[in-house]
Amino acid sequence: MSTLSANVGSANLDSVSHDAHEHEHHDTSGDTVFGFWLYLMTDCLLFASFFATYAVLFMNTAGGVSGKDIFELDFVAVETAALLISSITFGFAMLAAQGQKKALTLTWLFVTFCLGAVFISMEIYEFHHLIVNGHGPQHSAFLTSFFSLVGLHGLHVTAGLIWMTIMMIEVAKRGLGKATITRLSCLSLFWHFLDVVWICVFTVVYLMGAM
Amino acid sequence: MSFLGKLSLDAIPFHEPILVVTMSVIAIAGLIIAGLITKYKKWGVLWRDWITSVDHKRLGVMYIFLALIMLFRGFSDAIMMRTQLALATSGAPGYLPPEHYDQIFTAHGVIMIIFMAMPFMIGLMNIILPLQIGARDVAFPFLNNLSFWFTASGAILINISLVFGEFAKTGWVAYPPLSELTFSPGVGVDYYIWALQISGLGTLLTAVNFLATVFKMRAPGMTLMKMPIFTWTCTWANILIAASFPILTAVLTMLTLDRYLDFHFFTNELGGNAMMYINLFWAWGHPEVYILVLPAFGVFSEIISTFAGKRLFGYKSMVYASGAISILGFVVWLHHFFTMGSSANVNAFFGVMTMVIAVPTGVKLFNWLFTIYRGRLRISVPVLWTLGFMVTFTVGGMTGVLLAIPGADYVLHNSLFLIAHFHNTIIGGAVFGYLAGFAFWFPKAMGFKLNEKWGKASFWCWIIGFFVAFMPLYVLGFLGMTRRLNHTNNPDWNIWLYIAAGGAVIIMFGIISQVIQLYVSFRDREALDDTTGDPWNGHTLEWATSSPPQVYNFATIPHVDDIDAWTDMKEKGQAYLDKANYSPIHMPKNTSAGVLMAASLTVFCFSMIWHIWWLAVVGLVGGIAIFIKRCYTNDVDYYIQPDEIARTEQAYNLSGAGQKSTIANENKELNA
Repeated sequence: MSTLSANVGSANLDSVSHDAHEHEHHDTSGDTVFGFWLYLMTDCLLFASFFATYAVLFMNTAGGVSGKDIFELDFVAVETAALLISSITFGFAMLAAQGQKKALTLTWLFVTFCLGAVFISMEIYEFHHLIVNGHGPQHSAFLTSFFSLVGLHGLHVTAGLIWMTIMMIEVAKRGLGKATITRLSCLSLFWHFLDVVWICVFTVVYLMGAM
Repeated sequence: MSFLGKLSLDAIPFHEPILVVTMSVIAIAGLIIAGLITKYKKWGVLWRDWITSVDHKRLGVMYIFLALIMLFRGFSDAIMMRTQLALATSGAPGYLPPEHYDQIFTAHGVIMIIFMAMPFMIGLMNIILPLQIGARDVAFPFLNNLSFWFTASGAILINISLVFGEFAKTGWVAYPPLSELTFSPGVGVDYYIWALQISGLGTLLTAVNFLATVFKMRAPGMTLMKMPIFTWTCTWANILIAASFPILTAVLTMLTLDRYLDFHFFTNELGGNAMMYINLFWAWGHPEVYILVLPAFGVFSEIISTFAGKRLFGYKSMVYASGAISILGFVVWLHHFFTMGSSANVNAFFGVMTMVIAVPTGVKLFNWLFTIYRGRLRISVPVLWTLGFMVTFTVGGMTGVLLAIPGADYVLHNSLFLIAHFHNTIIGGAVFGYLAGFAFWFPKAMGFKLNEKWGKASFWCWIIGFFVAFMPLYVLGFLGMTRRLNHTNNPDWNIWLYIAAGGAVIIMFGIISQVIQLYVSFRDREALDDTTGDPWNGHTLEWATSSPPQVYNFATIPHVDDIDAWTDMKEKGQAYLDKANYSPIHMPKNTSAGVLMAASLTVFCFSMIWHIWWLAVVGLVGGIAIFIKRCYTNDVDYYIQPDEIARTEQAYNLSGAGQKSTIANENKELNA
């Protein structure tokens, strides 16, 4: 229990007693982040499967529209910018969290959340726009694979936004204890990972599709 | 759409006498078990010590219990198929109408692979792997509990399909377009999708969990190349799971979208491509067979070196061979459909890669032979299974190399030759391995040994039954009989079909022997008691603990200097040393979150199958809510204090002290 005293300086009592537990044998927060990273690698393969399917099916337009006809690069560029900037702002949130600055962390998390929400709203708008114009996923294998791949990413971002909301509540209520920082680190990994996946989506689906 | 979606009383198959009898038997057995639990007031124990347990050893026992239950279910399907085919010769219809028979062969495949072999393998891994690396538990104990209940959910869904509706009639691979809504409008394929999806998620989480455990929680001194071989082969299997199960998740999701939202991934119309399903399915499915068999290879390695009283021959080559098999396992999937019509060069590549796998597998076989060479092999039940495996699996491997020749495959594709081949490898490789591991580690998990006589009876029935049941299928394959036939009309085939049915009956006696073995061993458990914790003079750290191990596994974490860490400790006289002062042990608390979340998601899956949308939303949101609540709970652990550890350890040492010193002495003599 010698580690107890070392941690008393930081954060609230709740998280301190938890810290003491975690230091007993090995650093379990490191295990958590590592485990989460492993999970992300499996998620990466989930995306890979959808990418492969898109690559096989994107030419099967069944006489309907192709990427050239429906992609609006200007629109997607704004969407992309929102998501990429949100990665930077999440980085700022993590820096603030490491420095135990609660208000600043919450501010940056909120900015990140707003950017993510902009991204998702634009994606929903795009999907809605396509569907009302008769280009829903039921109309060809190309549209099926397009909606699924982009939609899968969108679902992930939505899950990230829900998670971020909960994290903001936790940071506000419990402060920046070790367990909370670990959770923030996992969310951070998740968020940056989705950014990387989006870069691939943007390149493979939109750029290569519209060119 | 009505309140209960597509579900109504018509969904219960009262018109099928076989199903009605099955349901009645299950209902009566369930009532008897529930009655007994109530009579002996065990519900509380069951809930507190098992269902909510996060202890890897108990979860392992539950996995194997599930596997054995599903083995009975899967085997019932098997023997029904064999009797049907023996009766339905020369144009006779037999007793199973095609729509029922098709469900049976589909259920047999899904159950045996996903709900018998996988839980059995994961169960053994759960019990043994953390012990072998000197850890107190897995990296994420709650996740481990959750994984188990996800697997159980899948199994429950499959069994619900007996009562409500039907199961898929597509074969266990559920190829589109047959599995699309157009050709399979019933709920069968939906049961298939959701049962596989939820159990696959459980398996994926298990792999992540055990990889984190192996990479982060090994005892001090245990470098990667000092890990016991079973831990290594499980680790390779976990890498394969992590790399291949997401593909299954993806392909099932696509099929779901096709069926539920009229998407066109694999349909015949609007540009869908059914071959994409088949490619993705086998990109998961082929690594899956190595996921099943690699841990079994690990079991055989442990057993053969323990009972030969020698170090494993070629430990490093064994590790690298497993790695080679794992990697090659990812570049052979196309051999499942050479007949798709890829170019000759593509087929040749996959054919050659398939044959190359025989090389590392051969390396392993020679390693086992050389381990036995000049050893003093004690012929115990685990060793019998191992020797049986070495013969049977070699036959299966060679027929596999034969099938890997694209030209030959065009003749043998989808014939009974293929059925014989993969049963030859999966039964002769994986199942024999799990049963060997079951006999080997049973005393460790339960505290008493299994009866040898009935174990041997079971082995001989299994192996003889196996050859009698499956060798005729090779012949039938050459005679042109294809798989999934409901009835035949070719007099040349009859005799072989009769023999195969006889083989299935012999295997049934093997399974009955195992049940008797469990009963007899439990009855005589005092005589078979393992007080030493090391009944076989083992090599690795699981034998350094009591049988069954204390909840914390090791009172003090051992320091590892050798691959055979326990042998090393026994040789150096460091084994069984009492330690005066212990430090507090950090342990995870049991939790009901796992079982509640899985129950909630089972409701979700069931509602999705029957299109009860409101209930699906309730189930999904409920499951997610329980998960979030659990994630943000900080009160998840407790400490076992030194005085309590001292008391537990002392009680154990008193009970088994005498036997231990004898074993330790014998050891010194053996090693001298």
